[in-house]
Amino acid sequence: MTQPVSPPRGATDKAPPAGPRPAWSTLVFRADVRTLSLLGVLAALVAIGGITKPDEFLDTRNLQLVLTQASVIGVVTVGMTFVITSGGIDLSVGAIVALASVWATTVATQEYGFGGILFTAVLVGVGCGLVNGLLIAYGGMVPFIATLAMLASARGLALQITDGKTQIVTVDGILDLGERDAYVFGVPPLVLVFAAVTVIGWLVLNRTTFGRRTVAVGGNAEAARLAGIDVRRQRLYLYLLSGLCCGIAAFLLIILSGSGQNTNGNLYELDAIAAAIIGGTLLSGGRGTITGSVLGVLIFTTITNIFALNNLQSDVQQIAKGAIIVAAVLVQRRTASTT
Amino acid sequence: MSHLPSRRGLLFGTAAVSAGALLAGCTSNEKSDDEQPAANDQPAADDKPGRQVTIGFAGPQADHGWLNAINENAKSRAEKYQDVTLEITEGSNDTAQQIGQIETLINKKVDVLVVLPADGKALTQVGLKAMRAGIPVVNLDRIFNTPQAYRCWIGGDNYGMGLNAGHYIGEKLKDKPNARVIELAGLDNLELTKQRTQGFDDALKNYPNIRKVARQAAEFTVESGQAKMAQLLQAQSEFDALWNHDDDQGVGALRAIEQAGRDDFLMVGGAGALSAFQAIKQDDGVLKATVLYPPTMAASAIDLARALGQGKGVGGLAEFEIPASLTLYSAVVDKTNVDQYMPTGFE
Repeated sequence: MTQPVSPPRGATDKAPPAGPRPAWSTLVFRADVRTLSLLGVLAALVAIGGITKPDEFLDTRNLQLVLTQASVIGVVTVGMTFVITSGGIDLSVGAIVALASVWATTVATQEYGFGGILFTAVLVGVGCGLVNGLLIAYGGMVPFIATLAMLASARGLALQITDGKTQIVTVDGILDLGERDAYVFGVPPLVLVFAAVTVIGWLVLNRTTFGRRTVAVGGNAEAARLAGIDVRRQRLYLYLLSGLCCGIAAFLLIILSGSGQNTNGNLYELDAIAAAIIGGTLLSGGRGTITGSVLGVLIFTTITNIFALNNLQSDVQQIAKGAIIVAAVLVQRRTASTT
Repeated sequence: MSHLPSRRGLLFGTAAVSAGALLAGCTSNEKSDDEQPAANDQPAADDKPGRQVTIGFAGPQADHGWLNAINENAKSRAEKYQDVTLEITEGSNDTAQQIGQIETLINKKVDVLVVLPADGKALTQVGLKAMRAGIPVVNLDRIFNTPQAYRCWIGGDNYGMGLNAGHYIGEKLKDKPNARVIELAGLDNLELTKQRTQGFDDALKNYPNIRKVARQAAEFTVESGQAKMAQLLQAQSEFDALWNHDDDQGVGALRAIEQAGRDDFLMVGGAGALSAFQAIKQDDGVLKATVLYPPTMAASAIDLARALGQGKGVGGLAEFEIPASLTLYSAVVDKTNVDQYMPTGFE
C-alpha cells in the first residue's frame, strides 16, 4: 500500500486530471476508497449520535457547533498534512498557535483593533514557520528536533508575554465574529475560513506544481533533487505554510474564545498528526490527502461531541477515543488492501 | 493549576479553627474584670518590626493566573515588613530543578522556607532535608507526603469549594421543583477535581428537589472551557444552575454561553479571578457568584514564616506558636460582598 509517487520527469506542471495513464487512475481510485471508508466511519458515528441523542445531535445548532469546533484544529491539520506529505513533521503547531494568539491579544496589539490582531496573528505564525523552515532546510536540522525546539521556545515566549495571565479581548469587531449574528446563511464565519483553507489546500496539493513537488520530496528527496527540484527551498516553503496555517488558526481561536492564553493550542500537534494519519496521509511522506485529513478532524470532533452529549466522563472518553482510532485505521487498511 | 489539599489538612484545619473559636469563647466569658488570662500575653506576630528573618520562597512556574497571583502575594507581603528579606527562586515545574533550588536555599541557611511544590509527593524528601537541617518549612497548598516534612501546612479547601458552591446553588433553587444542575469540572486527572466534585455532590444531597443532570471536565484553560461548555449547552436545553470549577476556564465558558445566546440559568464560578469579580459586580450576565480558592494564602504563608522565624504565635489565637495546619475557607463571593474581595482577584 505504500507507493511513493515517482518524481515528475520534466513536465511537472501538466498532469491530466483523469489521464489515460493507469498508474494515475489507480491512485485516484485508491484515494477514493480510503475516503469512502472514512466517510463510512463518520456515517457510523453520526448514526450512533443520532440513536443515542436524536434531539440534541441531529440538530442544525449541533452541526454548526461541531464544524466550528473543527475549524481551528482543521486549519492546523491542513498545514500539517503538507509537511507530513513532504516527509517532515511539525511538532510546534500548538505552541505557535499559543504564541500567535497571545501576541495578537496583548493590550498594545488590541489598540490597533481588528486589523492589528489579524495581522499580528498571521505574522507571528509565518515568522515561526520561517524559523522552522530555515533551521530544517538550510540549517540541516532534523524536523523533529527543530520543531521540538520551536515548541519549547514558543511556549516559553508565550508565557513570558502573558505572565500566566488570561488576556481578554475587548475589540468588538473580533468578538462579534464569534456570535450567532455573524453567521452567513447559517454558516459560522470560522467554518467559512476552514472551508476556504481546505479548498485552497486541496487545490494546491493536487493541482499545482507546488503540490507535486511536495509529494515528490516526500516520496524520495534525493530523486526529487536529481529531477531538478530545489528540495531545500520546497521545505522552507512547507514550514512557512504550516506556520501560516497556525497563524490563521490562532486568529480563529481568538474569535472563538474571546481571549488569548499561553495554554492555547495544547497538544494540537498530536491532534493534527493523528487526524492526518487517520485520513490516509503517510507518516513517512510521499502521499497526502487533504480530504482525508479534514475527514479525520471531523471524526475526532464528532466523537468528542457525541461523548459530551451523552455525558460520558473523561476516563471513558479517553479509552473510547483510543479504541476508535485503532478501529478507524483498521477499517481503512482493510478496504485499501482489498482493492 | 493544581492546588493539593488533603483530608488530613481539612481535619486539622477544622480542628484548629474550632479549637480557636472554643478558646476565644471561653476566654471572653470568664474573668471579665480580672487580669488578662495568661494566653493573651503570648507574643503574637504583628506589624511591629521584630527580629530580622530571611524567608526562602520556592514555587512552581507561574503559567497560570492563580499561580502568578501566588508569587505576587508572597512578594508584596514580604515587602510590607521591614524585618523580612525574601529570597525567591525562579519558579519551575520541573521536580529536579525545584529540588535543586530548595537545596540552594537550604545551603544559604535561610531562616524559614516557604514551598509550593510543583508536585507535593515528589518534593517530600527535600522538605524533610530542610527540616533536618533545622530550617522550618511552611508547606503551601500542595501537601507533602508526611507531616515530618513541614512545620506548618497552609492551603485551600477543594472539598469546601464544592460544598459551598453546592449550598449556594441549593439555597437559590430550594423552592424550585425538579431543579436541574450541571457541572463544568476542571482537569479530571487531578485529585483536587475529584474533591471539588465530591463536595458539590455532597452539598446537593441536602436538596432533594435538585438533580445534577450533566458533568463534563475541561482543562482549566479558556479554550477547553469554551469547547466543553458549548457541548454542555447543546446537550442540556434546559437547566437551572451551573457550577464551573475554575474562573479561567470560566472565561471560555461565559463566551460559549454568550455565543449560544443563553441566559436562563445561574452560574457560580471558582477560584476568584478578577474578571469573574467584575462580571459579578456588573450583574448583567449569568455569573452570580464564585467560590474562592484564595491566592492570598501565599501572603499568609509569609506571615506564618515570619512568625516562625521570630518565634511568635499568630495574633488572634491563644497559642504560643503557629498552628501545624491551616485550611482556608472557600468563601462565596456574590454581589453583596464582591467589593471587599475585588483587590484579591487575579488576572
